[in-house]
Amino acid sequence: MHTYFDAPDERGLFGIFGGRYVAETLMPLILQLGEAYEQAKTDPEFLRELAYFQRDYVGRPSPLYYAERLSEHLGGAKIYLKREELNHTGAHKINNCIGQILLARRMGKKRIIAETGAGMHGVATATVAARFGLECVVYMGTTDIERQQANVFRMNLLGAKVIPVTAGTGTLKDAMNEALRDWVTNVDNTFYLIGTVAGPHPFPAMVRDFQAVIGKEVRDQLQEQEGRLPDSLIACVGGGSNAIGLFHEFLDEPTVKMVGAEAAGLGLETGKHAASLTLGAPGVLHGNKTYLLQDEDGQIKDAHSISAGLDYPGVGPEHSWLRDVGRVEYTAVSDDEALAAFQLLCRQEGIIPALESSHALAEAVKRAPQLPRDHLMVVNLSGRGDKDMASIMHYLGEKGAQS
Amino acid sequence: MSRIQACFAKLKQENRAALVTFLTAGDPDYATALTILRGLPGAGADVIEMGMPFTDPMADGPAIQLANQRALGNGMSLRKTLQMVREFREGNDHTPIVLMGYYNPIHHYGVDAFIRDAKQAGVDGMIVVDVPAEHNEELCEPAQAGGIDFIRLTTPTTDDQRLPTVLKDSSGFIYYVSVAGVTGGATASLDQVSEAVARLRRHSDLPVCIGFGIRTAEHAANVARLADGVVVGSALVDKINAAVTPEQAIADVLAQCREISEGVRGARL
Repeated sequence: MHTYFDAPDERGLFGIFGGRYVAETLMPLILQLGEAYEQAKTDPEFLRELAYFQRDYVGRPSPLYYAERLSEHLGGAKIYLKREELNHTGAHKINNCIGQILLARRMGKKRIIAETGAGMHGVATATVAARFGLECVVYMGTTDIERQQANVFRMNLLGAKVIPVTAGTGTLKDAMNEALRDWVTNVDNTFYLIGTVAGPHPFPAMVRDFQAVIGKEVRDQLQEQEGRLPDSLIACVGGGSNAIGLFHEFLDEPTVKMVGAEAAGLGLETGKHAASLTLGAPGVLHGNKTYLLQDEDGQIKDAHSISAGLDYPGVGPEHSWLRDVGRVEYTAVSDDEALAAFQLLCRQEGIIPALESSHALAEAVKRAPQLPRDHLMVVNLSGRGDKDMASIMHYLGEKGAQS
Repeated sequence: MSRIQACFAKLKQENRAALVTFLTAGDPDYATALTILRGLPGAGADVIEMGMPFTDPMADGPAIQLANQRALGNGMSLRKTLQMVREFREGNDHTPIVLMGYYNPIHHYGVDAFIRDAKQAGVDGMIVVDVPAEHNEELCEPAQAGGIDFIRLTTPTTDDQRLPTVLKDSSGFIYYVSVAGVTGGATASLDQVSEAVARLRRHSDLPVCIGFGIRTAEHAANVARLADGVVVGSALVDKINAAVTPEQAIADVLAQCREISEGVRGARL
């Protein structure tokens, strides 16, 4: 039987994507990390510890909530929300962080570094570093620092040092470059806790495994509530960790349709977007081969999205593979569409979603009315919107869209 | 015999180490960079590394990051980098040229087309930071088949167990990155360098060049007593950073090159 579960291969390749495209200084570290993770993931003690922290610290399982008013309002599919925003720290990011910090501790690493865009991964990393008493340094672009002040403050409260990155456009890609520079300089004591399903092997596979708990829970919860599999799954895709977390469990279920919503920013035709799977070309950045926004010289183009967490010119390599083989459909949602869906969820369900997750909601808003009432749709509500208040106030103020 | 082989053979006869210079192609602009490039052999450079500008130079420190930004900001591209090599070769047929950079622009250009065009332009070797030995078939093998040396970086983290993997398909020379870190950062001690050279020589007959953190004539001389070559990059790039005019950039880079070259040439006397 054909299965999507045997990717990546031992070289970290998903089809032609992924791999280990890093400087030689990092190669031995990445190989060690791969070995350490291979051992950990079948070690009952590691898995027991992971399950304990997922339950009692993160708050898993997260609920699968039937969004009744939203479904009725849209008049089509029955929409369920996977409530990852109820996790400790307010997003799915902690699922991965708790896994990696346990691995770091097992490997005897004393210093944790991370990159962050919206700040959710930075906060989650600072949180687990505090819990385990490890030094934590977070790289964050200056543009993102400006639009995510509250998260910067949170990271400081948790004892992390936030280092502003001015290079490039001061967003996630530049923060990742700087984190890689730190890692290459501090190879002996440092663990690089990558926040998404990108980077060199084993990160894309490891982060996916830690996030796959999302889809596993959805399977059980929907079985209990509806007695069957979902018909469709929708998640937003920046690097793509919440999406792969939801999708992975169902890849081998041919009846389950999957849709990944990228950020179309100001519109695909404006060039100001972050839709690497929709408009990018395969290339190599940050340790893996994947779809990238790039110009005719192979220079990386700046991404744009209202949502800092989607503002990245690449995407996890497994998504590139799933796109090319046609297993997942990828589409793009504009800033305005995301903002409208954001407001809709606030009013219909009393839930304030993150701007990232609002992209997935916007895709659901487009599709649900076209679908029959017995269609079961699961949308990953990957994060809560508290962090976005300042930018939303600014944005709505500018648009005069308040009522 | 390739230009790189001929160069190291000649230097061996003269009993001196090679001065390998690094500058980013097109920094600060095409015309200034070409003038500097043409002046380097006369200022004592034995092998010239040209950085292929990239938006995301992950293994480089602030000086070379800025160099990349300046070059790209002034319209530099991979095509123009090859054009610059062609123009250099019109007046120089002996100084080896090694292109150094990151994989994505080459991947986007097309590996086979790039190797063909680079060879035609007069490129002798390539160092591509983010393509390790694990992905040899993608770039290293086509480059060597196309007559371009694939020069490997080895580092303090490349242990004895891993060295054979890294050196298996190396050619030209071995570039030893003497500290774990980015360009323009910390400096290794001479004991560390000496030990590393001895270790590399147990594994390979290729010339060993030492880079990262070498900034002065004196330091270059000390390293030149231990290894087959000394790579100087950020110390030259800094002169472009600091220059107010293109004329000053040209004069200061070449003066710095001359000074370090005297250190290298006098080292084993």
